Amino acid sequence: MSATAHAHVDDHAHDDHGHHHHKETFVTKYIFSTDHKMISKQYLITGLIMGFIGIAMSLLFRMQLAWPGEAFPIFEAVLGKWAPGGVMDADVYLALVTIHGTIMVFFVLTAGLSGTFSNLLIPLQIGARDMASGFLNMLSYWMFFLSSVIMVLSLFVEAGPAAAGWTIYPPLSALPMAQSGSGMGMTLWLVSMAIFIASSLLGSLNYIVTVINLRTKGMSMTRLPLTIWAFFVTAIIGVISFPVLLSAALLLIMDRSFGTSFFLSDIFIQGEVLHYQGGSPVLFEHLFWFLGHPEVYIVLLPALGITSEVMSTNARKPIFGYRAMIASIMAIAFLSTIVWGHHMFISGMNPFLGSVFTFTTLLIAIPSAVKAFNYITTLWKGNLQLNPAMLFSIGLVSTFITGGLTGIILGDSTLDINVHDTYFVVAHFHLVMGISALYGLFAGVYHWFPKMFEGKMMNKNLGYVHFWVTAVCAYGVFFPMHFVGMAGVPRRYYENTAFPMFDELTDIQVLMTVFAIIAAGAQLVFAYNFISSIFTGKKGPKNPWKSNTLEWTAEVKHIHGNWDGPIPEVHRWAYDYSKVDDKGEYIIPGQDYVPQTVPLQDDEEEEHH
Amino acid sequence: MTTLLIFIVLGLVFIAIWQMTKIFELSQLKAEHAQIANDSDNKTNGYLLFAFMVFTYLITIFSFWKYGKFLLPEAASAHGEGYDYLMLVSFSIIFVVQFITQFLLHYFGYKYRGKKGNKALFYADNDRLEFIWTIIPVIVLAGLILWGLYSWTNIMDVNDEDDPLVVELYAQQFNWTARYGGVDNVLGDANVRMIDIDKANVMGLDESDVYAADDIIVKELHLPVGRKVNFKMRSQDVLHSAYMPHFRAQMNCVPGMITEFSFTPITTTADMRNNPDVKDKVARTNKIRAEKAANGADNVDPWEFDYILLCNKICGKSHYNMQMKIIVETQEEYDAWIKSQQTFSQTMASVQ
Repeated sequence: MSATAHAHVDDHAHDDHGHHHHKETFVTKYIFSTDHKMISKQYLITGLIMGFIGIAMSLLFRMQLAWPGEAFPIFEAVLGKWAPGGVMDADVYLALVTIHGTIMVFFVLTAGLSGTFSNLLIPLQIGARDMASGFLNMLSYWMFFLSSVIMVLSLFVEAGPAAAGWTIYPPLSALPMAQSGSGMGMTLWLVSMAIFIASSLLGSLNYIVTVINLRTKGMSMTRLPLTIWAFFVTAIIGVISFPVLLSAALLLIMDRSFGTSFFLSDIFIQGEVLHYQGGSPVLFEHLFWFLGHPEVYIVLLPALGITSEVMSTNARKPIFGYRAMIASIMAIAFLSTIVWGHHMFISGMNPFLGSVFTFTTLLIAIPSAVKAFNYITTLWKGNLQLNPAMLFSIGLVSTFITGGLTGIILGDSTLDINVHDTYFVVAHFHLVMGISALYGLFAGVYHWFPKMFEGKMMNKNLGYVHFWVTAVCAYGVFFPMHFVGMAGVPRRYYENTAFPMFDELTDIQVLMTVFAIIAAGAQLVFAYNFISSIFTGKKGPKNPWKSNTLEWTAEVKHIHGNWDGPIPEVHRWAYDYSKVDDKGEYIIPGQDYVPQTVPLQDDEEEEHH
Repeated sequence: MTTLLIFIVLGLVFIAIWQMTKIFELSQLKAEHAQIANDSDNKTNGYLLFAFMVFTYLITIFSFWKYGKFLLPEAASAHGEGYDYLMLVSFSIIFVVQFITQFLLHYFGYKYRGKKGNKALFYADNDRLEFIWTIIPVIVLAGLILWGLYSWTNIMDVNDEDDPLVVELYAQQFNWTARYGGVDNVLGDANVRMIDIDKANVMGLDESDVYAADDIIVKELHLPVGRKVNFKMRSQDVLHSAYMPHFRAQMNCVPGMITEFSFTPITTTADMRNNPDVKDKVARTNKIRAEKAANGADNVDPWEFDYILLCNKICGKSHYNMQMKIIVETQEEYDAWIKSQQTFSQTMASVQ
């Protein structure tokens, strides 16, 4: 692999590579493609389909929360035997929240976001013909596809899909007698995730190698667009942490199927004592969150990278504090691997360990704050082109701040005691990672749609409607949710009617559910826009957003190798927007941007960013 | 009625969406390319950003006005007062930062909306500025970290000073059991392997342990006010979490280990029922329950406030209804109650 990679870097005579055309069949072009652009589309479309499943599930359980125990024909239609007479069963409620979480976190926001844009942008923005290994890349997608299929199939298991929460803590997830979903459903969940992890690792290794080895001439690390920095660092934390989840899954499989006691001890259930002795569920929690917390940043960093690029382009200004942004990405990545214990303050682990994790957790607020301030300053005195992608980027910063700030409460071990596992947590992470990362995904789709679909553009008006309805509804759902949590309502309750103290909160639940339904409706607008633009979208200019980065110099038509001629050479960083000379004139007269391929002008100084 | 209202709302929303599309379409007069934002798009969306800022403030104010009263009443435990104060301070900081940053973000979005011919300022770096907004979070967070860690260390320090009452909280799908140490205030040995359902030894107490003989097993938790309680938590099957929100107390119950939490209740149930906030809440809730009862709903008898222990770790089908009542009372009331309970050895004797 590395031999090929070096050949690309050292030998620019290899440039004619783009010319020779393989004979492509339908299968090699659309299905088993090794072309990064096609693979990125495959990731995106698979991710979006999974996203629609995940969102649909959330509507079902939100309806149950707002109108507990009420019969809805839709429940019976969708859930069948799990909703006798249209009333949702308590087991399937837990299954829905479990699979919703799993799908959204892993299948949509990890594979759908990082998989799509890392694949699309890494080669195009660093000036490479393709990924270091097209074959591994293809393998990575197809393993992701396989794991998606298994996850969806698990919904149709007789005893129901996994229902132990997306964190699948044992013993609940280990013992079929503890919960019906912990039988075949959980087995399939584990198999699906094991394959998913393998897919993610193949992808990540490929991204890392490509960024290190295949940068075009002149593309030093400090000239990389922040998108690439984000994808690169994301891939590194993925490689570090995903294997640990695999080990957790493997040990859980052993406990479940081969009678080992890694996570289980002293269990008496349904009238009998089980043989397990000496294991600890807390060990599982450590292993799970060793991935689980970096996972938050695996989801978020690509979204932040996309925001940096989209915001700078549309503000017609360089991103503020380029080096600070890189430093923040790296600081966040480093800290993200040593904060996992903040999910476990009250798990029974030593409180002193909790202190350490409080310390590291609150530290992570510092680079996050720097990023937020830098985004705001990037807007200052800009000439903001408020395209849908730009609005989603601004929306991302807004939800990132709102959701991030409540992290100060949850990261503080003392304050966590009473809000742990309540709706306060649900509100926090949905805003800071769920909604923010989704906004990043949407920003990316609107911005790079022309790059994905050969110059076609999405309808901007539908995009505006999509953004504004989503933005209002996202706050409408998750802002009031903090109050539900502060009132002490635990998450993962099928209904709250067993506690009179929660009676008066039903109104909030109804409000949140109505907002959620409207928000889901707005996603249909997006779906319509996305699909119709693929087929009937009008072609825009080659560089529609007047962007500096290399992808817009590549051919509009998708060819294997991206550039018909030689690979472009890079002479400057990606953010020379509105740069002026001594006389206050633009560097290129009449044009407020200087693409990376333009050599430095005679009297021009390179920005020492 | 509610359903009708929802359909009306949904209908209005779709009309609004349709109208918004129209407005956007009308607003694009002379576009370079139809799908790239032009000046009028920038103007419309710039104004909308401003409106959105107002919306975020309004939803904050609305939520506090409408839902602020739903929050838990003042803490009923000694450490809870400090907890509430730290929470208040943290929230104050959060709201100041939220107010300022959301204002800047959206206001800049509105103020610097693009116009043809405008020139953006090439402004790539400012070390001093970046230093300022690195150091301010550092200082604020350092304060919060130190304060938080100080409280945490105190709260989590479960020790035997001040003669604490020892109580075991025992979790199983889907109910709670409490065990008192009895006269000697020491819990006897127990393990799931010693559970004997036939003999009603449901918690697996060691029948040969003298400390176990006087243990008292109950389904309702009574605590004397003002005395420190050391909780020992056990679970017999899956993870559970003992969540006592009014006391700002929570700890997971983990099969295979004994976890601990300690607090001192400071308000009796009777006093808490007289707390004005709690009275209001009970009145509001009973109004809702009366309405439901009038509509023929079950299980909506008038409610009287009680402290409650909830399960707060997903544990299976009936996770949502795993609770135990907690009663905080005077020492005399507690003494009278505990005296009326059977000890473990008495229970065993009555079964045999």
